[in-house]
Amino acid sequence: MSLPVAPKPALRRFHQASWDEPIIFELSTPGERGVLVTGLEAGVRDAVGDVVGDLPAGLRRAVPPALPEMGQMRVLKHYLRLSQENLGADFNVDIGQGTCTMKYAPKVNDQLVGTPALTAMHPLQDPADAQGVLEIVWNTERMIAEISGMDEVSLHTQGGSAAIWSNIAMIRAYHEANGEGEQRREVITTIFSHPSNAAAAKAAGYDVITLYPDADGYPDLDALKRALSPRTAAIMVTNPEDTGIYNPAIKEWVDAAHGVGALASYDQANANGILGITRARDAGFDVCHFNLHKTFGTPHGCGGPGAGANGVSAALAPFLPGPRVVREGGADGSASSARFVVREPGEQSIGAVAPFFGVVPNIVRAYAWMMALGADGLRAVAEIAVLNNNYLLKKVLEIPGASAPYATGRRRIEQVRYSWQELFEETGVTSEEIGVRASDFGMHYWTSHHPYVVPQPFTLEPTESYSMAELDEYAAVLAEIAREAREDAETVRTAPHRQTVHHTHHDDLDDPERWAITWRAYQRKYFGIPADSTEAAA
Amino acid sequence: MTEPFVHPYIPNTAPESKAAMLAAVGAASVDEFYADVPAELRLGRALDLPAPFTAEQDLVRHVEGLLAKNVSTRQRLSFLGAGTYNHYVPAVVDEVIGRSEFLTAYAGEPYEDHGRFQALFQYQSLMAELLAMDVVNVPTYDGYQATATALSMAGRMSGRRRILVASDVLPAKLSKVRDFVRVHLDLEFVETIDGVADVAGLVSRLGDDVAAVWVETPSHTGAVEAQLRQIADAAHAAGAVLVVGTDPIGYGVLTPPAEQGADIVCGDIQSLGLHQWFGGAHGGFIAVHDDPKFIMEMPSRLFGLATTDVPGEYGFGDVAYDRTSFAHREEGKEWVGTAAALWGIAAGVYLALMGPQGMRDLGEVLLARTRYAQQRLAAIPGIALGDTAVHLREFTIDLSGAGVTAAGLVEALRAEGIEPGVPVGEHRLLVCITEMTSQADIDRLAEAIAGLDTGSALLDRRDADHQTSVSIPTLEEQSA
Repeated sequence: MSLPVAPKPALRRFHQASWDEPIIFELSTPGERGVLVTGLEAGVRDAVGDVVGDLPAGLRRAVPPALPEMGQMRVLKHYLRLSQENLGADFNVDIGQGTCTMKYAPKVNDQLVGTPALTAMHPLQDPADAQGVLEIVWNTERMIAEISGMDEVSLHTQGGSAAIWSNIAMIRAYHEANGEGEQRREVITTIFSHPSNAAAAKAAGYDVITLYPDADGYPDLDALKRALSPRTAAIMVTNPEDTGIYNPAIKEWVDAAHGVGALASYDQANANGILGITRARDAGFDVCHFNLHKTFGTPHGCGGPGAGANGVSAALAPFLPGPRVVREGGADGSASSARFVVREPGEQSIGAVAPFFGVVPNIVRAYAWMMALGADGLRAVAEIAVLNNNYLLKKVLEIPGASAPYATGRRRIEQVRYSWQELFEETGVTSEEIGVRASDFGMHYWTSHHPYVVPQPFTLEPTESYSMAELDEYAAVLAEIAREAREDAETVRTAPHRQTVHHTHHDDLDDPERWAITWRAYQRKYFGIPADSTEAAA
Repeated sequence: MTEPFVHPYIPNTAPESKAAMLAAVGAASVDEFYADVPAELRLGRALDLPAPFTAEQDLVRHVEGLLAKNVSTRQRLSFLGAGTYNHYVPAVVDEVIGRSEFLTAYAGEPYEDHGRFQALFQYQSLMAELLAMDVVNVPTYDGYQATATALSMAGRMSGRRRILVASDVLPAKLSKVRDFVRVHLDLEFVETIDGVADVAGLVSRLGDDVAAVWVETPSHTGAVEAQLRQIADAAHAAGAVLVVGTDPIGYGVLTPPAEQGADIVCGDIQSLGLHQWFGGAHGGFIAVHDDPKFIMEMPSRLFGLATTDVPGEYGFGDVAYDRTSFAHREEGKEWVGTAAALWGIAAGVYLALMGPQGMRDLGEVLLARTRYAQQRLAAIPGIALGDTAVHLREFTIDLSGAGVTAAGLVEALRAEGIEPGVPVGEHRLLVCITEMTSQADIDRLAEAIAGLDTGSALLDRRDADHQTSVSIPTLEEQSA
């Protein structure tokens, strides 16, 4: 053949890297070293003697831990190969992980937080030496206060569910401070709110009441009113819910909760489509939280660290976690005269929900993300995320077998929970199988759509980060898999075909006799190799 | 700023694309998509935010300018610990967790995210070797949460409420644990003696209503608990479990708690290859034996090995997913969500690099330098050690004989560019030593404190009638 190169086919001929990499323990070679530890000075050794030898027998480890022994480049190579077997958001059209708000995490922000001026800061240093990071924390709080309309913000938590815990912990403390801790034993949530709202409320000691939507998919105000009572501590809801449907009666929900003395807590995990459009406090919410790793562009890190931001009204502010960053001076409006100090939590605070100030590298990233966008940019984030979603909705509904239950014919906000039920009935191919097959095209499509109320669900959230061409590509992949389901179902069922590993058997993972949660347990259970006792023979 | 507004992070702000997409969905403007948002809830104005730096170079200048106001522990001589530690982070660790493939992935499935599953399975496995336990979770948020959850597991398993706290606990950690468990559990404190557990006192408080004994080793003050075996036996005799909160950094040389009877071992992994990051890089581990009674109480994800259609190929998946709140909302165990997976990958890389000899060498350096620092500081007239326990990395000094408060000492030494430690009482200072603190650094601290003798800060000391120094017992003597 000769030039020119033939045109590309309609769909990408993807193949994931497949290094067939051993488990790291299998790479161990006795005597190799990955990194050396600084030597002990002669002066120290002379002064203290043989500290390990002098340890009491019960404290001295007899057999070293069976960690692998590997030269440095071998460790590097092993992990870089594993990294190539991972489809990060920087590689794929990562819109198949609905509810997760997979957006671009700007590279410049990673550079900014990698400086020793941040990595080498200890949280208990003299605040005079930490003015830069404290100012960023304080400013980030103020910006999120403006975005939410709330009076005060805390950035202490490490993820969205941790922030939900802070919400309910503050609510609990508030009712206790008002002498209603014993009386208010119930929390009301909705089935399309994140499961951690229910789970964290339960962990905080509450009975959980879960409401289902009306026939059209909207949260059911009448059902709420029937559930509310003087026993209600709070409603904990998401809006828009994971269906992408915005509850137009949200203010009535909040008012109804307040009517029985309950508080209203807003899970803003789905805030990406409403930044600068509508705010939690304006609907009357008492507490809310955002996920900085979703809405504010920090990377998701394979499942964390993320970061949570809790906003509260003035009435709830005394219950915020600590320590707090406080600005002093600068009252003349001159930022240069302001000083940032650290204040320990007060009497009513729920205390330290996490170490120190929270996930500082992600707070700095979120700050930089907001400062790169400004008010116009945040509004564009919301509007384009919503435009992308409604564009994708149209493309997906053109695929035979796909549907979008609820709110028929109406616009959605930033995501849609779709259904392959029609395709399943026609071909027997499940949403989960479609998800696995999507990975053959270099696309991520996840299978977690808790709760499984929508049959054969899939949830797409295109965010603002993807171009029209990328949305077209994703829809074309779904259309191709739907075609395969009809014409060549076996190819879908036996997927993956172009992935790192092949069809995996998950039967052993639920059986205590057979599961292997570590290499050590695997060796013991399947090869009868006992772990060395490390206790000194006394 | 561009006019019209086009932003590099938002491709479809390109006017042509935006117009084409609006036309495709038959919308006149994006306002149509917000039909469900009532007018009264519309903000109706621009957010009041600072003017942005839309050009990347301007953003860099702005943020770097702010961070330049920081004076880091590279410019100050730091003896700060109390939960966040200054250990060396090998370059390979930063390289691996900086890879886009890991950094920007989220919750992919075992096929397209095989690398994530294997890296985290390996983290679990490497930690398991260090801790001599068979099961370790995908990291939870931090050591505070890990401990709160470990105690809650003990409560759920036994249906009992009482927790006996046998060690000195970092106050912030205690704050978190207390608020997390207080609906289900009652914490009771058995006062420590000479820095470690009062075993006789513990035994007298044990009963069939005790869910767990909670030991911290090293404790808040860096004391290593030498009587773990006796504590475990006593707890087990009462039908309680032993929960040990720890830092894994010392287990190249120290006997892991599981070998002394611990049932649940938990703590923080920041020491294992994560920067200090102003306290912003913590991850929590929970380790148990391969016993479903314990495992089924764990809220976190657990990745397990699986076979595939191809012989010799490792696959992975979630173990016992039905435990989780993902599967069963409020009927799951606590909850699971985005936590600290990337930090787990970092800790795994760290342990793979260090190997058994590296962890042993590091443990020895930490023990030796800690003891050296104890000797140097205790030799200063007026300064005594807080206790005579074996210490790893942290210890307290008692300044009451020197007539200076801990806060006063901190203030005086900060003026010399030294962060001498964390006040933990009016006259007690918590000093932290790592492999990053050299003999010369420790000597400088000792000389700076001794030098204050003739200055104002320690002036009162001359009037005090006190023992001017304590001799440090050997470790053998301490354990006797």
